[in-house]
Amino acid sequence: MTGSLMTDIRYLAPHTLDEAVSAYADAAGAARILAGGTDLLVQMRSGMISPGLILDIKKISELTEISETPEGGFRVGAAVSGAVLAEHPTFGKVWPGVLEALNLIGSTQIQGRASAGGNLCNGSPAGDSVPAMIAAGATVTVQGPGGRRDIPVEAVPVGPGRTNLAPGEILVSFTLPPRAPGSSDAYLRMIPRTEMDIAVVGCGVNLSMKDGVCTAARVALGAVAPTVVLVEDAAKALIGSKLDDAALEAAATACRAACHPIDDKRGTIVYRTKVAGVLLKRTAGIAADRAGRS
Amino acid sequence: MAKLHVSTTVNGEPSEFLCEASDTMLDVLRGPLGLTGSKEGCATGDCGACSVTLDGRLVCACLMLAVEADGAEIETIEGMSQGEKLHPLQQKFLELAALQCGICTPGMLVAAKSLLEQNMNPTETEVRYWLAGNLCRCTGYDKIVHAVLDTAAEMREAAR
Ligand SMILES: Cc1cc2nc3c(=O)[nH]c(=O)nc-3n(C[C@H](O)[C@H](O)[C@H](O)COP(=O)(O)OP(=O)(O)OC[C@H]3O[C@@H](n4cnc5c(N)ncnc54)[C@H](O)[C@@H]3O)c2cc1C
Ligand code: FES
Ligand code: FES
Repeated sequence: MTGSLMTDIRYLAPHTLDEAVSAYADAAGAARILAGGTDLLVQMRSGMISPGLILDIKKISELTEISETPEGGFRVGAAVSGAVLAEHPTFGKVWPGVLEALNLIGSTQIQGRASAGGNLCNGSPAGDSVPAMIAAGATVTVQGPGGRRDIPVEAVPVGPGRTNLAPGEILVSFTLPPRAPGSSDAYLRMIPRTEMDIAVVGCGVNLSMKDGVCTAARVALGAVAPTVVLVEDAAKALIGSKLDDAALEAAATACRAACHPIDDKRGTIVYRTKVAGVLLKRTAGIAADRAGRS
Repeated sequence: MAKLHVSTTVNGEPSEFLCEASDTMLDVLRGPLGLTGSKEGCATGDCGACSVTLDGRLVCACLMLAVEADGAEIETIEGMSQGEKLHPLQQKFLELAALQCGICTPGMLVAAKSLLEQNMNPTETEVRYWLAGNLCRCTGYDKIVHAVLDTAAEMREAAR
């Protein structure tokens, strides 16, 4: 069907965050933020939502910039697309797992638009960049009528399609912490095809190695519970080990225990739970290889 | 509600149109602008038949609002040939019969052109991944992939 999605919608593309926050707050729930639109336009087209105001945030420089923080980490604007982040000269070397997770979203065309902010705010438990961001220990800066606050990424989702953002709050940027030497990350997802599908399970692992021993780790799983989950017990099983089979099996067991998945056409509860353990082992192996294992 | 006035550039030519806030770029291309080369296969970002470039970046016109074109540059399949002279990709698609019904072809060509603009020497795997968001019901993809690889080889040769 070619034709307008619906009528009586307003569009605003403010150049400052303050303007955006006040327009968003004034619209009192009738507004939707537009980043890449790869979720929003599909939802509008299907009639799932019909906003009174579309607030395009891509003209606000803070939302589209990538910068290095004084501490040696990165700030990535919430609306930066996967394609733009992939072109950054150093980001993908420091955070290969975060980048590969974001770049798994959709096709080349979707990559030209899809943002990590949209992926997180859309609230899908299967959003690919979310486990990688949580494993990375990333925080988000959020701005609303009440001012600014920083919260960990894992505190954002509360259930399918729902987030902790207060009315009128806009996600501004992700902050990734500085990296100790011997650190790296990885993200793997299980899908029935090789491209263009939604994760049956997604796993992000971020770790640091020193003299062959894992000194720090964070593990997060997607698509196995109503929200992406941080699996602290899996990280505990890895830390202090040489990532030997026993440690990996203990971490895999912790991952399986963290699963509360649904049965659907993509995978059964039993299958998703089993795959979570398998992916943990593979993802941890890739992260450790990237970290140099030494 | 008053319509929005958009000033943009389409295939290098200045272009103005009126639209609703909710109109997609594809709606406006195929409607008011009369550029029906971009196809609507799904309207949900899955098929790639509506592929265009927005400021040089490959996107689905069905997942972009028409108002977002304001001040930007849009390239569509209609801008690919120079008058009667086909782009080497278009020529090669004809030679190798890399199309059957043709519905996916404009999107395939626009996407393939954007690949060759940033990678003159793609591997078969790179071509297949780049075009993963362009679905074809007819060809089984092999002829399309070969046409893109052959064109890349010829364009490299011509550039020497
Ligand atoms: C063909 C196709 C394939 C896809 N494949 C995948 C996939 O493999 N993996 C995957 O995880 N997803 C996939 N998606 C879903 C989608 O592309 C991603 O979730 C993407 O990251 C959304 O980003 P966006 O910038 O397009 O978000 P938008 O569509 O612009 O926004 C998504 C939601 O978040 C809100 N929002 C956006 N930015 C902000 C902000 N800064 N502050 C507050 N709220 C905000 C919007 O209002 C909207 O509700 C796919 C979608 C399509 C169409
Ligand atoms: S019509 Fe846009 S991707 Fe199918
Ligand atoms: S030629 Fe018919 S869909 Fe590709």
